[in-house]
Amino acid sequence: MHSDSSAQGRASWGLKLAAWGGLVFLHFPILIIFIYAFNTESAGFSFPPRGFTLNWFSVALARPDVLEAITLSAQVACLATAIALILGTLAAAALYRRDFFGKEGISLMLILPIALPGIVTGLALLAAFKTLGIEPGMFTIIVGHATFCVVIVYNNVIARFRRTSYSLIEASMDLGADGWQTFRYIILPNLGSALLAGGMLAFALSFDEIIVTTFTAGHERTLPLWLLNQLSRPRDVPVTNVVAMLVMLVTMLPILGAYYLTRGGESVAGSGGK
Amino acid sequence: MEASLKARTPRPANGPLHRLSNLLYRKPNLYLALLLIPPLLWFGAVYFGSLLTLLWQGFYTFDDYSMTVTPQLTLDNLAALFLPANYDIILRTLSMAIAVSLASALLAFPIAYYMARYTSGKTKAFFYIAVMLPMWASYIVKTYAWTLLLAKGGVAQWFVDQLGLAPVLHFILSIPGVGGSTLSTSHLGRFLVFLYIWLPFMILPIQAALERLPPSLLQASADLGARPWQTFVQVILPLSIPGIAAGSIFTFSLTLGDFIVPQLIGPPGFFIGSMVYVQQGAVGNMPMAAAFTLVPIVLIAIYLSIVKRLGAFDAL
Repeated sequence: MHSDSSAQGRASWGLKLAAWGGLVFLHFPILIIFIYAFNTESAGFSFPPRGFTLNWFSVALARPDVLEAITLSAQVACLATAIALILGTLAAAALYRRDFFGKEGISLMLILPIALPGIVTGLALLAAFKTLGIEPGMFTIIVGHATFCVVIVYNNVIARFRRTSYSLIEASMDLGADGWQTFRYIILPNLGSALLAGGMLAFALSFDEIIVTTFTAGHERTLPLWLLNQLSRPRDVPVTNVVAMLVMLVTMLPILGAYYLTRGGESVAGSGGK
Repeated sequence: MEASLKARTPRPANGPLHRLSNLLYRKPNLYLALLLIPPLLWFGAVYFGSLLTLLWQGFYTFDDYSMTVTPQLTLDNLAALFLPANYDIILRTLSMAIAVSLASALLAFPIAYYMARYTSGKTKAFFYIAVMLPMWASYIVKTYAWTLLLAKGGVAQWFVDQLGLAPVLHFILSIPGVGGSTLSTSHLGRFLVFLYIWLPFMILPIQAALERLPPSLLQASADLGARPWQTFVQVILPLSIPGIAAGSIFTFSLTLGDFIVPQLIGPPGFFIGSMVYVQQGAVGNMPMAAAFTLVPIVLIAIYLSIVKRLGAFDAL
């Protein structure tokens, strides 16, 4: 019995329209961001755009506040991703094969930071930092981001572990490799692209996070916080538009990369939600 | 001959790294413990520690006159959640979360259905990426895009004017509970933004549920004389409920905790998230903010227990 979808007849026009219309709905606002970044108008949001210019890119990238926000966000995202890569991989390696007491609880624990609303995580971290007398700043932002990025890496790596046959590892040991050699020459090469995909997604998630960051940032201003602050300033609209487009690219390109790195598996990167 | 064989055999493992990894291979429990300790420490100390601190501070006392917090335990904050003003906030947020979940299920279903049943190979991959891209695209920029779309003289207005639909828009905006003075300050505008931002989270679980549906069931249904719409209503729809329920977990809980969208688009009036934010920030009343975070947690717990019965957890 074939499960060929073409054997089930053709989609009606209504269904086709709804499906493709849905895609247009999903992409139209993103298109708007790309259009407005090149708009010549210096204030306001009139449509259609007045003209085409690249001028605002140089204006935006010459602004010290923009550069500071970009640098901070990139640093935070890199460090949070590094922590998430280590913790997520360790958790995945521990959970993928063996059954033990509390296993379900641990996987639930990893998901909790993205399952609970951001305000809960954010406020909880702030309350703890205040109690401990830690001044909110870059360090606290990184701690918050790393906490919810772990599950992204974990999902990618555990999916890869499950796809990788354990007999490979047994064969390696049977052929005389020791544990370290097996890790170095068998496990690591197999995990490589899953780690890269998970890392890219964690980076994108951290780069864009705003709700938890609002609480843990103190006086620091990440790029999303900078954007939020800009929205009430009508004179800065062109600069905001350019930065918005850049942020959009930084968050969208990793999902493309992650998709190509992990396709073919039963669960593709990023599908588990942010 | 012997020499080349010797060269190919792995060197005897004797470095500390080798000895350690061999020890770990022989003692799986030690290995497991070493793997688990770092993540458990991080989540136990950082995350659960924080959550417990938050919970505990919900019972602290806030003095309205001196605007200070004292670690004197009280139930006043919890009781204050039931004040009529706060009740309004909770109801406003809850009704939005439910409306957004229902609407996104309606909008997501045809996309997911088409994806699962009528696409394959490259088209399926295209649809998949086309749903994932907006899902991962920056949240704050998507919200910003909607402020551009809905602004006075913005894109939506232009389309409405071009199509001659201005009276229709005017009529919709005059409906109480839906409208507002302009699109960007209306309930409808805020609803559209929420719907847009969380829609991909609904599409993917439904698509996955439909993808798992065995074609033989549909053939059996047809063989037994069901018309296509009967098959749809009696076979496909019931079997996609777990997917819809799983997707609604995201749309429901994400809407419930949001405070950025309500701040930027829609009429004045707090959401749960905005209340937490303002209590903590502008007012400095951490105990009240902490107590208020219990509301989404309890609502989500109730919601999860409902959708669990619908099989949502198997479709996640």
